Amino acid sequence: MQPTQDEVLTQHLTREYEWGFEAELEQELAPKGLNEEIIEFIWSKKNEPPFMLDFRLRAFRAWKEMKEPHWLNGRYDPIDYQNAYYYAAPKSVSENRPKSLDEVDPEIRRIFDRLGIPLHEQEILAGVAVDAVLDSVSVATTYKERLAQMGILFCSMSEALENYPDLVKKYLGTVVPYNDNFFAALNSAVFSDGSFVYVPKGVRCPLELSTYFRINARNTGQFERTLIIADEGAYVSYLEGCTAPKRSEHQLHAAVVELVALPNSYIKYSTVQNWYPGDKEGRGGVFNFVTKRGIAQENAKISWTQVETGSAITWKYPSVILKGDNSVGEFYSVAVTNNHQQADTGTKMIHIGKNTRSRIVSKGISAGKSNNTYRGLVQVSPRADNARNFSQCDSLLIGSDCGAHTFPYVEVKNPTAIVEHEATTSKIGEDILFYCNQRGIPTQEAVELIINGYCQEVLAHLPLEFAVEARKLLAISLEGSVG
Amino acid sequence: MLSIRNLHASVEGRPILKGLTLEVKAGEVHAIMGPNGAGKSTLAAVLAGKEGYEVTEGEILFEGQNLLDLEPEERSHAGLFLAFQYPVEIPGVSMIQFLRAALNAHRAAQGAEPLDTAELMALLKEKAALLKLDPSFLSRSVNEGFSGGERKRAEIFQMAVLDPKLVILDETDSGLDIDALKIVSDAVNALRAPKRAFIIITHYHRILQYIRPDVVHILADGRVVHSGGPELALQLEEKGYEPFLTPA
Ligand SMILES: Nc1ncnc2c1ncn2[C@@H]1O[C@H](COP(=O)(O)OP(=O)(O)O)[C@@H](O)[C@H]1O
Ligand SMILES: [Mg+2]
Repeated sequence: MQPTQDEVLTQHLTREYEWGFEAELEQELAPKGLNEEIIEFIWSKKNEPPFMLDFRLRAFRAWKEMKEPHWLNGRYDPIDYQNAYYYAAPKSVSENRPKSLDEVDPEIRRIFDRLGIPLHEQEILAGVAVDAVLDSVSVATTYKERLAQMGILFCSMSEALENYPDLVKKYLGTVVPYNDNFFAALNSAVFSDGSFVYVPKGVRCPLELSTYFRINARNTGQFERTLIIADEGAYVSYLEGCTAPKRSEHQLHAAVVELVALPNSYIKYSTVQNWYPGDKEGRGGVFNFVTKRGIAQENAKISWTQVETGSAITWKYPSVILKGDNSVGEFYSVAVTNNHQQADTGTKMIHIGKNTRSRIVSKGISAGKSNNTYRGLVQVSPRADNARNFSQCDSLLIGSDCGAHTFPYVEVKNPTAIVEHEATTSKIGEDILFYCNQRGIPTQEAVELIINGYCQEVLAHLPLEFAVEARKLLAISLEGSVG
Repeated sequence: MLSIRNLHASVEGRPILKGLTLEVKAGEVHAIMGPNGAGKSTLAAVLAGKEGYEVTEGEILFEGQNLLDLEPEERSHAGLFLAFQYPVEIPGVSMIQFLRAALNAHRAAQGAEPLDTAELMALLKEKAALLKLDPSFLSRSVNEGFSGGERKRAEIFQMAVLDPKLVILDETDSGLDIDALKIVSDAVNALRAPKRAFIIITHYHRILQYIRPDVVHILADGRVVHSGGPELALQLEEKGYEPFLTPA
């Protein structure tokens, strides 16, 4: 007997997380807990310039006064911030940062090889430069020299603080202030590493820049900080990917990403988020509480594309402040939730300049007992004449135990603005599946095909090298999950 | 090729097919006509294996194999093709992607390697020309924004691509203007072959002027109540179903 459609679907839904392995690495850890000494420890461990201690401490003090927010459409238990490590680094990196790719600890290399991220400058990702971040530290960056020849700086945040402190000082915290919100303040206090990009005036970055984040250590939060600056007329496409081992306890990932798009520049930022989502009963999984924001100056463009398949909870709103006249903001999102996952994600488009334009395309896919919320804000300030926004928010439900919600907030203070919103909710219908089956396409494959079609408009915005990966991920997170 | 004996089938516990018997040989074209609600589409759905259509009695042999043992996709791999009365839209999935998946699934079932892109495109373009479809149609999402007539033509196009043994056309002619009807009929006639059989479900005599059937059946209340030659279609057109509803 062939398995029934439901059985195929269930099989799919119960598929294991493939990236859940754990590697034994010798760790250097900060003492458990969070206080001013720990922050000083991180600061001195990382050999940072003095202004950073000030930045971190101010953030920490602000954070202490803040309350952990719980307004997301979902729930999580209060986090015990004193029962975690805020600095974890593989010893081989912590004691002596590798100067070149050849010096990377083979054990670390193996971790990234297993994840399909080879730390070599080689064919597989020939058009892509990679910064690999393991727990709190960057372990390798490829193609650095080639980029440097064009004046492009691509390195870990630690190296940037060491080598270009003035650039970092000038822009750090200008898009996401140290006291922006609870998790951003925490990040500002304890962030350990992340990627730094600077593309000089008029330069078009010829490679895709990418950071691959991996949590390995136990009981650590990951707090990475990414700062991307596109100088006037510059262009850069950047992508982040991430995975974590399977663990029965939750892990906090509170990152901050700041994008600075100077006049006439274009920053394209893509995310393929695949943190461990937790098991079928909702045990474990990463809390992905992230603040991402960009400021677009005159004629500049910022485009966010995200494919969110992992994490127990995803809570983030990559946003664009359209400060300069004629600036453009885009947000393309696919958020998939399955089992007990929760996603509350969307974007904010803040129109300040004249003739600013924004476009939002959000595709939520919910299966299992999961909850998927789109929350977005389109704000048009009084002086933003002729601002335009178009939003499309679609939800796809798989099965009958999941939820999809849409909260599109609109605040328009300028009468010349045009704001359009469309929303749909649909199910993968049996009729479509039968149609595919009749043509010879098995249910499993049919679901992949349908999901891919549904997300096509978003996936089309991913860099080609990663679109394939993203499609596979979507398939794996959802294959056959139709009831 | 296809042998249906005393077929009884229910939907949601309600009997729709009530002892249907039909014998189709390779190379033949059969027309099935009958009033609305007679069970024609139900027959097509049962043959294709749609979930929710329960066979309570009787048997269906397809090339000697028990068709009811096969999953819908296996029936497709075995050579059964249904041109739907109401083809669905698949947003964001191009005809190329869709037929690539379908063809490769057929090939995998036969133990063959997937088609490479050049072979696939050559095949799709050749068949698109047969249906007088603009090649740009291949890049459009399956049936999305297609007019009724375009959908029907797209069904026949897919049939031509998948090269099935047994084709069921469920009211492919309704909603077609005369030009489109001619294109579809020409394509079907071009694909008539000694090894292939067609079942044409229709309300109208019109399509049978272009595709000449070997046998015409009248289906009423879940049974074949009358069978005859092509002239039967003409009589139906003149007299309506009424005289045939009591079995002769
Ligand atoms: N999915 C279904 N659910 C409930 N009733 C159905 C379904 N499909 C068909 N029927 C019923 O079965 C009978 C035959 O329908 P159908 O096979 O579509 O007729 P035809 O194609 O000959 O017009 C009708 O009474 C119709 O209402
Ligand atoms: Mg019908």
